Amino acid sequence: MAQFALNTALPNYLRDEQKRIEEFVRGVGLDIFPTVFEVLSYDQMNEVAAYGGFPTRYPHWRWGMEYERLSKSHEYGLSKIYELVINNNPSIAYLLEGNSLVDQKLVMAHVYAHVDFFKNNFCFKMTSQGRDQRTGDDVRKWIDTMANHGATIRKWANRIGLETIEQFIDACLSLENLIDPQKPFLPKESSPSTFEEEEPPEPQEVPLLRVDREYMESFINPEEFVDSQKKKLAEEAEQAQRFPTEPQRDVLGFLLDNAPLQRWERECLAVIRTEAYYFLPQMQTKIMNEGWASYWHSRLMTEKICDASEIVDYADRCASVLATSPGQLNPYKLGIELFRHIEDRWNRGQFGKEWDDCEDWELRRHWDRRTGLGREKIFEVRALYNDVTFIDEYLTEDFVFDQKMYSFGYNQRNDRWEIESRTFQEVKNQLLTSLTNAGSPIISVVDANHGNRSELLLQHTHQGADLRLDWAREVVKALSRVWTRPVEIHTIVDEKPTALRFDGEDHSQRSL
Amino acid sequence: MSLRIDQDHSRFRNIVRGRIRQNLRKYISKGELLGRQGKDIVSIPIPHIDIPKLRFGDKQQGGVAQGDGDPGDPLSGSPQDGAGQGKAGDQAGDHPLEVELTLDELADILGEELALPNIENKGKSAILDKKDRYVGVRNVGPNSLRHFRRTFRSALRRQIALGTYDPKRPVIIPTRDDMRYKSWKTEEEPVANAVIIYMMDVSGSMGDEQKEIVRIESFWIDTWLRKQYKGIETRFIIHDAAAREVDRDTFFRTRESGGTMISSAYRLTAEIIERDYPASQWNIYPFHFSDGDNWSVDDTLLCDDILKKLLLPASNVFCYGQVDSPYGSGQFIKDLKEHFSDHERLITSEINDREAIVESIREFLGEGR
Repeated sequence: MAQFALNTALPNYLRDEQKRIEEFVRGVGLDIFPTVFEVLSYDQMNEVAAYGGFPTRYPHWRWGMEYERLSKSHEYGLSKIYELVINNNPSIAYLLEGNSLVDQKLVMAHVYAHVDFFKNNFCFKMTSQGRDQRTGDDVRKWIDTMANHGATIRKWANRIGLETIEQFIDACLSLENLIDPQKPFLPKESSPSTFEEEEPPEPQEVPLLRVDREYMESFINPEEFVDSQKKKLAEEAEQAQRFPTEPQRDVLGFLLDNAPLQRWERECLAVIRTEAYYFLPQMQTKIMNEGWASYWHSRLMTEKICDASEIVDYADRCASVLATSPGQLNPYKLGIELFRHIEDRWNRGQFGKEWDDCEDWELRRHWDRRTGLGREKIFEVRALYNDVTFIDEYLTEDFVFDQKMYSFGYNQRNDRWEIESRTFQEVKNQLLTSLTNAGSPIISVVDANHGNRSELLLQHTHQGADLRLDWAREVVKALSRVWTRPVEIHTIVDEKPTALRFDGEDHSQRSL
Repeated sequence: MSLRIDQDHSRFRNIVRGRIRQNLRKYISKGELLGRQGKDIVSIPIPHIDIPKLRFGDKQQGGVAQGDGDPGDPLSGSPQDGAGQGKAGDQAGDHPLEVELTLDELADILGEELALPNIENKGKSAILDKKDRYVGVRNVGPNSLRHFRRTFRSALRRQIALGTYDPKRPVIIPTRDDMRYKSWKTEEEPVANAVIIYMMDVSGSMGDEQKEIVRIESFWIDTWLRKQYKGIETRFIIHDAAAREVDRDTFFRTRESGGTMISSAYRLTAEIIERDYPASQWNIYPFHFSDGDNWSVDDTLLCDDILKKLLLPASNVFCYGQVDSPYGSGQFIKDLKEHFSDHERLITSEINDREAIVESIREFLGEGR
């Protein structure tokens, strides 16, 4: 990227601030992509925010809806967009025209920490589009990719009609969250490129126990045993014939590979899937990412950037970002506190076997080995964890108590939401449950030839919470639009195994 | 400034419009739009259009939060499902999406959904209005009307013709002869004028619910007729045993007790029409709402008489809507039907409850008169 392009549209006084802040940022060891700041008016800001931070996306009504909502809440003074930054190299961030200078500085500091996170956290590695051959830089040209997606879909909209395309995209978006978070870390599958006629397998002999004396035959290999061996053999053969052989969680990918799609349908579906995987890491690291950014804006603002006249304004702003409200988890607050907690523990050597085994409360309270490893540790954490592992490993009983964390749930009897528990284990379990799979149910394709009628069968791995049924029916319908054959999903409703089915015309539901 | 998102935005609004069309009956019978009128704008609450996904059901999954309180304490407000979802702190709470529509658009939607025909203006257009329109250019005129492009063009043409135009230094200096001015023509346009005269029975037997029905119905009639005619006027008459003209506000709020003499209202209407709205020049729409309980047979006969002689000949259409009330006999509509069964300008409709409002609007306006 040419140097001059990095400085567009930024007034001089902000460019000076950016330089100053960037120096501080590098000074504390944050490792960032080049970052471009643009100043936008509020309606441009609403537009960009509606597009998820990108200057242009594929045509779809839901951006319009988002825009309407953002504009309305801006007009009524309900909310204001503080920071908007996209994971791209160079990273692009937006500043709202007319914000006070303190706000702009705060946003810059916050954004730089996000950029460091994008660049270094392992989850975001999957958004890398390769290495620049000349400089070896991480290539992330997602702005271009999104614009290309827009061009692709516009092209088909012109040929086939926006209405048709939009309906298909609506169906695809219903399936948007049916992707496999582990997919990027699985070994690449070898594609079945060879279509050679396979030898029909030799009829296998039923494996029986060796019999030396013929009269012993009916005792060593009784009829029941022979039957069970035969059955086992038949099952194995059936397993080998089933497709997919293993349940597949990347439902979108499965459809893309195997559904009888027309070319335009395939391209639209591919766009939705690519974008779903692009946004996945941001959902997997919400708490960490916001915590990391808040941690650094807080340190940089108070230690380096602000002068005395600005500090009160800054504190006011920061407090409103970190405010908590009943029944709603503030990822900024939880994240920043947990990073501070980790830093403090590693500064004082509160880790390792000795620490874990120590049961003396008084001793633990004043534990300080002056190890000073805090800074190093939090940098390591920001690279190697996602929200689930972050909480699983570093949430401690003391922390839950200090931060007044509680789990809540719906009490059927009282018909209201209630605080359920403040015990460490329950809070932690509840938190991990709600973070698992980025908050989505776990769904996999188990059979593409269900009932030998090329119907699609999906399985919901039930972990205590039922699906929202009216939506689930619509999703099954959307699946059958893409698969073009009846689709069934097996789940559990009110503790009863249930199948939801759409046969192309009607919905049906039956107990299993 | 136009934004890239405008296209998506208008697409969304079209979808919303379709939604409003689908749910129009609900909006109409609830009367919830009436309270949401701005000057010419109605804001309509619509549910967020969600894209259905496989998600956990509401109330299936709890979450984690921070703050005070003991186990068993209720949470104030309803929490969002799950934790750590959603976008950054720009998510405001759960505000229903409101979409603003102009009354014109609303009338369009009403017309489409109820398949209302446009009203034929029955030649009652004697009132003429003068209107100026710019139609061409001329060589003289005031500087304020100077037509810059045409002036520039003629100056350029002259300079090229004279050879004084230098492409390297393209300075164009218009002379007096080059000047062009917009010219206008005054046209006379017929103005379609219309008046709606609402009459309502406010005798003791009309309850609040009945009045609410009248209010909702008249809002929609107003909306539709306003779309059809420019410069529409409305007059309001209430009556029990005697009639008087009131303003809109009083019309919907007054509750009197006492008897009912419908003829009093009809007579007053006839007077108003004769005094203010000569039938040759105005499209006249009298609407009368009552529970159908008239004082006496004699008075009903008097009504028939006024209708026949004065009101029906003057009106485009005379509409009588009868709301169901526990106290009224509901006789009047039967009498009207009996006496005017073959009269095409008299339309009667029974509005038994809110659900019937839509049907009754269709009956009143479906003829396109």
